[in-house]
Amino acid sequence: MNTEIVIFAVLFLLVSGMGFVAARWRRADDLASLHEWGLGGRSFGSWITWFLVGGDLYTAYTFVAVPALLFSAGATGFFAVPYTVVVYPLVFLVMIRLWSVSHVHGLVTPADFVRARFGSPTLALLVAITGIVATMPYIALQLVGIEAVLKTMGVKGDLPLIIAFAILAAYTYQSGLRAPALIAFVKDILIYVVILVAVIYIPSRLGGWEAIFGKAQAKFDATPAPGDGTLLNANNQLQYVTLALGSALALFLYPHSVTGVLASKSRDVIKRNMSALPAYSLLLGLIALLGYMAIAAGVKPIGTDVNTVVPQLFDTMFPDWFAGVAFAAVGIGALVPAAIMSIAAANLFTRNIYREYIRPDATDAQEASVSKITSLVVKVGAVLFILLIDPQFSIDLQLIGGVIILQTLPSVALGLFGRWFHRAGLIAGWIAGMGSGLLMLYNIANPANKHAHFGGSAFPLEKLGLDTKMTIYAGFLALAVNLVVAVLGTFLARAFKMAEGQDATRPEDYVADRGDPRVHDLEVAGSS
Amino acid sequence: MAAPRSDRSPWNWLLLIPIAIPLIPALFNAVEPRLFGIPLFYWLQLAFILLGVATTTLVYRMTRSGR
Repeated sequence: MNTEIVIFAVLFLLVSGMGFVAARWRRADDLASLHEWGLGGRSFGSWITWFLVGGDLYTAYTFVAVPALLFSAGATGFFAVPYTVVVYPLVFLVMIRLWSVSHVHGLVTPADFVRARFGSPTLALLVAITGIVATMPYIALQLVGIEAVLKTMGVKGDLPLIIAFAILAAYTYQSGLRAPALIAFVKDILIYVVILVAVIYIPSRLGGWEAIFGKAQAKFDATPAPGDGTLLNANNQLQYVTLALGSALALFLYPHSVTGVLASKSRDVIKRNMSALPAYSLLLGLIALLGYMAIAAGVKPIGTDVNTVVPQLFDTMFPDWFAGVAFAAVGIGALVPAAIMSIAAANLFTRNIYREYIRPDATDAQEASVSKITSLVVKVGAVLFILLIDPQFSIDLQLIGGVIILQTLPSVALGLFGRWFHRAGLIAGWIAGMGSGLLMLYNIANPANKHAHFGGSAFPLEKLGLDTKMTIYAGFLALAVNLVVAVLGTFLARAFKMAEGQDATRPEDYVADRGDPRVHDLEVAGSS
Repeated sequence: MAAPRSDRSPWNWLLLIPIAIPLIPALFNAVEPRLFGIPLFYWLQLAFILLGVATTTLVYRMTRSGR
């Protein structure tokens, strides 16, 4: 046994122990309801929310994949920084409204809100299915992070991965949202320490920043690919900007982000977090630069798996014991979002499929137990994804996930500000956006890994007959199609006098805050 | 009963600044001037994080409840 593996295993088990103890933390009278198991009792203050949402949005996969993007393509990979800068001011006013209306009506998922707002179970079902489908590959990708670390440590076979996920599944089942909230503390401290050490120590060994960027530019100059380099070129700037903006619009539509936000105890907690969460963006920006450090250090990925460059860099640069700590940080970093995502997907299934279509009279206890079992099923599914299918396929699916979750924006985000759209228009828009988005992704080839389809998210505008080499983020274009169809559909539906769904919410529900008598109303049936 | 609560505030318009600025590549797509050897493209975009934090903090303080 080498030092790396021992340190990794000790930290990993320690954190798993915390996951089981979490059930007793800030103890509720009983965990047998979705509000308790699935939203931690909705009582998290500023600090816990910061760790929880931070651990949820900035995942292990991000920490491994973003530097890998810079390693292979250069500047375009840095989109993650503007993306995580613009997201907070963008959703600042949106999430507080969602918090208020959810607390007045006892809503747990974005689909619950759509159900209440537009009175359309069909639209809610579409939003729920979109959420589940978009989240599944995201969970699978967290395993890619752990896998990259295990590969670097020389651990062979699938068993360690299965064990890691079995532990995760067990304590999520036991403790619900409290487990990732508690583990997020440890994970973040580890990641901050590792990254601060990395960005000070590694450049000093590689001859400083100027040398690192010089070597990166030299590498990109030597490749035939036209799109890479340490700066953007005329053809990928539009892609860079639309990808950053599109990803920012999509982020808080993901059910797991909503779960983190709804678990906080007041509107002020959310606002304060929107100004404090960018601390993680700084961390992410520094982590992204690890990709260039890897180039300068002459690191080679294991096989064709570029995701191993960061673990490989740590392995060459750090003493064994510290590399072990770094690997544990990535491994544990994968557990937090995986737990929250599986809880969010399970909540969607329970609330918007099980209770809507299978057992309308389910009690709170039944809902919680269905959610717990679904969260297990979701995780088993994620493990199967990684074991049976090429990991590259999960990455493709994750790409698709971003594009499809964006198609719920008109119903969820715009729905929070008004009810101009007709539910039939929204359904038509969803279908059009989904169809055009998938069609575009299908037609994107990636010569680098020889994929003829689903090769990335940069859609060449020349395929639309435009005389240009510029590319644009496919999700952005699909959202535009969605919105146009939703507007036209709304006019048509009104012209034909189709029935409007009933709106169960009132304008004052969207500004209700903690202390407001209605906010304590957590009656689960409140949304119908 | 006080006046109906509302999320409207002129301070909210400030939020447009950190949304728009980071999405204009002409501002940062260059190597010079460097900072500690880091090209403009990288350090300026990292600096935009501070712009975002400053703006959202200001808007939060000016619009928080219980004032």
